[in-house]
Amino acid sequence: MPITHEYQSASPVKAPVEHRFSPYTDNGGTALAVAGEDFCVVAGDTRQSEGYHINSRYQPKVFQLSNGSVLATGGMYADAVTLVKRLEQRLEWYYHQHEKKMSVDALAQMLSVILYHKRFFPYYVWNTLGGIDGNGKGCVFSYDPVGNYEKHHWNCTGSAGHLIQPFLDNQIGFKHMQGIQRRFLTPEEVVRIVKDSFTSATERDIYTGDYVEIFIVTAGGIDVQRVPLKRD
Amino acid sequence: MSSIGTGYDLSSSTYSPDGRIFQVEYAFKAVDNSGTAIGIRARDGVVLAVEKLVQSKLLVPGSNKRIQSADSHVGVATAGLLADGRHLVTRIREEAQQYRDFYRSKIPGKVIAERAAGYVQAFTLYSSVRPFGISAILATVDRDGPQLYMVEPSGVYYGYKGTAIGKGKQVAKTELEKLKLGELSCREAVKEAARIIYTVHDDVKDKDFELELSWVCEESGGRHEFVPKDLAAEAERAAKASLEDEMDED
Amino acid sequence: MDHFPGNWGQPRSRDDHVFSSTDYFPGHNAYDVGSRAASGPAQRTQQPMVTGTSVLGITFKDGIMLAADTLASYGSLARFRDVQRIIKVGDSTLIGASGEVADFQYIEHILETLTIQEYDHDDGQKLSPRHIYEYLSRVMYGRRSNFNPLWNSLIVGGVKDGDRFLGFVDLQGTTYQSSTIATGYGAYIGQPLLRKAVEGREDELTEEEARKVLEDVMRVLFYRDARSLNKIQIATVTAAGSKITEPYELQTEWAFAEGVRGYGA
Repeated sequence: MPITHEYQSASPVKAPVEHRFSPYTDNGGTALAVAGEDFCVVAGDTRQSEGYHINSRYQPKVFQLSNGSVLATGGMYADAVTLVKRLEQRLEWYYHQHEKKMSVDALAQMLSVILYHKRFFPYYVWNTLGGIDGNGKGCVFSYDPVGNYEKHHWNCTGSAGHLIQPFLDNQIGFKHMQGIQRRFLTPEEVVRIVKDSFTSATERDIYTGDYVEIFIVTAGGIDVQRVPLKRD
Repeated sequence: MSSIGTGYDLSSSTYSPDGRIFQVEYAFKAVDNSGTAIGIRARDGVVLAVEKLVQSKLLVPGSNKRIQSADSHVGVATAGLLADGRHLVTRIREEAQQYRDFYRSKIPGKVIAERAAGYVQAFTLYSSVRPFGISAILATVDRDGPQLYMVEPSGVYYGYKGTAIGKGKQVAKTELEKLKLGELSCREAVKEAARIIYTVHDDVKDKDFELELSWVCEESGGRHEFVPKDLAAEAERAAKASLEDEMDED
Repeated sequence: MDHFPGNWGQPRSRDDHVFSSTDYFPGHNAYDVGSRAASGPAQRTQQPMVTGTSVLGITFKDGIMLAADTLASYGSLARFRDVQRIIKVGDSTLIGASGEVADFQYIEHILETLTIQEYDHDDGQKLSPRHIYEYLSRVMYGRRSNFNPLWNSLIVGGVKDGDRFLGFVDLQGTTYQSSTIATGYGAYIGQPLLRKAVEGREDELTEEEARKVLEDVMRVLFYRDARSLNKIQIATVTAAGSKITEPYELQTEWAFAEGVRGYGA
């Protein structure tokens, strides 16, 4: 029997709306990461949404991990929090077992495995992982919810991912430009582009706004900046 | 002892020809070697007091507590093997929680005593286990008012107005019998309890001890908790003073 | 060889089905698989039955304040008119619930279990609002992950060691913290009013002002939410502890209704 939606009903009497439990929700938000020559910038807005509601203006979904990397999440916040808890647990076990912090490359592979282990009840989370790799170079990995992942130089995911990604392609990767000397950008240049990306995305995407939190990862440590965005 | 060498004392699943279970009787001995614990059922609550003999000066003060909480309104004082006391309290906690899960209300004193005793009694039946080397005093306030029970290694339990276990139980009971337990308030009972513990303490055989004092009463909001520091200190001071008075009289 | 003494053969162990009192309750026994199959597949909550509507929570100068009405609806029927939907957990935490009332009463029970366990430990530690919130949110997420949700939206508020806390968790395990929170219908109508009154003034708002904000918003909700009641409770938690008012009636104004025409009257 075909499913009859309320608005398709021929009867003037509306059928009662039936609640059915869905374990998933989408809390929106945008995150990006850019790998520099010897640094990495990871950023995400801090708005949490559900439908047309703004749940909170400041509920960060970019997480500093104990091995010195930064994980930006998007999608379902509850799943993201759970995933980060598992990662932190595994990072701690690794530290105690091997007496060293897990490399970002190893973490990247482990995250893929953890995600794929829940292939048939996935964590509804789009991850972007940024850090400094074993050779001291900035690195970025991005994932789909079931663990497919790829290494990038820059990446943007989430509700305004499709707005920001081509902008980064142009500004960071010098795509579609001619007669230009390609080069690595400085952290200051990247941060400026990140701020512009988020202020622009805030104008067009209702799920992006309030604040953007920017993590600048260098060999010396992690610097965090919080920049206000429009709250509408 | 007449039981030794007969072969009838090797298991609690074996009776002696005159109908005794020696393993259970040995368990009582373990209790009698312990520092004294007493319970007083006052008019408005119950007070527990323990003479905790300190095994070593190296121990942190307040460690190895012999009075424990088994629920918000249930206190347990034990005499005997410390670890057996902890195990029994763990079981009493489970029983109290099971009652809450099922009835969504606090377990009454009578029920928790019955369940604790039933558990203890089961350890007198099999050769695979040994009886509990403890007696436990249970203190609660339930909807019928203050309740005091004592469970013995045999699994026997009775309700009391006042009870004592451990080394000094005889002297302590004599002291308890002098009190008007039906009229006593909890605050008064705390002082009496402290005094009795100090009275029964033998500082020739046992050097150091810590006094543990707890209550369940109106003043504690129906909760089992250690007696507030100032009141406990006052009771301890009064107890020491009364001991010195006695010495002077002698 | 089993090295755990507990498994060597305790008499009347809880796991020992020969002696277990759960024999009296068929289906509750791990050995009794047959009778369970007869009752069909396990049933899970797929829709709420008796429900509470909005809960509001705000931050003010000295702490946190929550508000909820005392109605438990059965569909559109105002079934129970004197149900408390805000509870105390310990001395420094309050929890308000909308959604399935039975599930909330179960939550109240498991939190009581938790507080007793912590009390029994007797280690001098007390559960803070953040601890309770974390525990509660893991329970909610765990239940959703087993497709057996507790059908509630909950607000946790508290103050401990000078730290104000206000957080939300729901049946999907979604969590967030904010200086104003509203559940259910209140998320549509109440939240904008709360934000206007509170955002940026969290450290200025007095207890009296906070109460007025909540009463005003509860009144608006009573006018517009058909599943609400004008009998409410307001709960406050500060460094001095927590208190929940007795249910009281909101003053409402209906004189304007005389002039309203065109709705069938």
